[in-house]
Amino acid sequence: MSNNSQSTTLADTHSPESKEVSTHKFLIHHKGDHVGVATSPIKEGEQVIGIFMDDNSEVSVKSRGDIPLGHKISLVDLKSNQPVLKYGIQIGLTTTEWAVGDYVHTHNIKTARW
Amino acid sequence: MNNTLMGYRRKNGKVGIRNHVIILPVDDISNAACEAVARQVQGTMALPHAYGRLQYGPDLDLHFRTMIGTGSNPNVAAVIVIGIEENWSKKIAEGIAETGKPVSYFSIEGNGDFETIRQASWKAKEYVQWASELQREPIELKDLTISIKCGESDTTTGLGSCPTVSQAVDRLVDAGATVFFGETSELTGGEHLIAQRMATPELHEKFMAIYKDYVGEIESKGVDLLGSQPTQGNIAGGLSTIEEKALGNIAKTGTKEVIGVLDPAEKPENGKGLYFMDTSSAAAECITLMAAGGAVLHLFPTGQGNIIGNPIEPVVKITANPITAGTMSEHIDVDVQGLLSRQISLEEAGDKLMEVICRTVNGRLTSAEALGHREFVMTKLYRSA
Repeated sequence: MSNNSQSTTLADTHSPESKEVSTHKFLIHHKGDHVGVATSPIKEGEQVIGIFMDDNSEVSVKSRGDIPLGHKISLVDLKSNQPVLKYGIQIGLTTTEWAVGDYVHTHNIKTARW
Repeated sequence: MNNTLMGYRRKNGKVGIRNHVIILPVDDISNAACEAVARQVQGTMALPHAYGRLQYGPDLDLHFRTMIGTGSNPNVAAVIVIGIEENWSKKIAEGIAETGKPVSYFSIEGNGDFETIRQASWKAKEYVQWASELQREPIELKDLTISIKCGESDTTTGLGSCPTVSQAVDRLVDAGATVFFGETSELTGGEHLIAQRMATPELHEKFMAIYKDYVGEIESKGVDLLGSQPTQGNIAGGLSTIEEKALGNIAKTGTKEVIGVLDPAEKPENGKGLYFMDTSSAAAECITLMAAGGAVLHLFPTGQGNIIGNPIEPVVKITANPITAGTMSEHIDVDVQGLLSRQISLEEAGDKLMEVICRTVNGRLTSAEALGHREFVMTKLYRSA
């Protein structure tokens, strides 16, 4: 039994077998979602692979912005004032026009509640 | 994983995983005496807080419920209650005494701090020596009440740490345990998903009434949640809207039906299973209420790194954010960043958390306990008279 759970995981990160597996740079909760979440920092112009968590399929997108870890990338073109899906559920509305690969955050999405 | 769980079975049959002797102030001005007793008598702990004077109505009811609930929590072996006036001190001590555990109360008026501290210290010494001889005995998961609430959330909580807690919640409920979740306003955008899981139409109605009341109260101040939800920390972590935050939050609640809707600090009455408790989403207030409702262990997913603890309820921190796991590792009990790199499965993350739950039950200190995080915060419903 390990006495420190995080050291176990950190060690796994450096294991040679896992290096090839971790080619994705973002994850998508559900097929049909409009956004993915960066699991590593993404640079503008970078061609990046995302994995759908529900069926393990992959998608490749060219990023149109620098996207920090944990921030979102657009997978679709959307007009302004359109519903945005994540988890297969609406998380807000677009406030500008979106293109595939856009960095998505408070500058181009808002709550649909207020 | 440990196959034998060991805990403290209290006189009323409830099971605790810690054995605290607490010195509980009824009100703000009794904090100093309580802290003096706790300094004098090793192994006891004072729970200072800011309120308890000139409260009235439902706010006063909640104050009493939280005080009595805190003293009644199975992680507490014995209690010294100290207040300025005798009546309220007595009322709280009598409420705690219903559990069958040792409790004594002292009032400062007419005695002063010195005499109160002298008397209370003798009793506290008696209690702590008695409690130190209590032994852990074999218990089962079904004996436990566990609470969940996340904080400093970001998108990694929805991707990793919350689904990990979800795994544990489903396993715990299947094992017959009781689980509390809350954070009323942070369900906004996904409140319908929780409403759908209510076991009866009455619970559905009660939940929606509580939800609408909470959000209505915020709106009645002429503001909406936009200024505070998502928080600046949430936004820095990539969360853009309250709906997105809520869906990540809800991702930790498992898949079971909700068998009860509780007022703040209320004890569950519908048997074992999953309960919603009406709470603030502020971590210290929420966990203090859940502990007062009887929760003995808290599971806390965090993204950007909330460092919350509680004096009587151990708080287990889970993160999937590799940056937080690296820069704030002294606060993290369970690291599931492997979910983001897809090096571990959700089930494996659940196994990892269950192992830490069992070790914590058996006495391993959480990071928050080791670091002395004892945030005890009473929820105040409105200003005092």
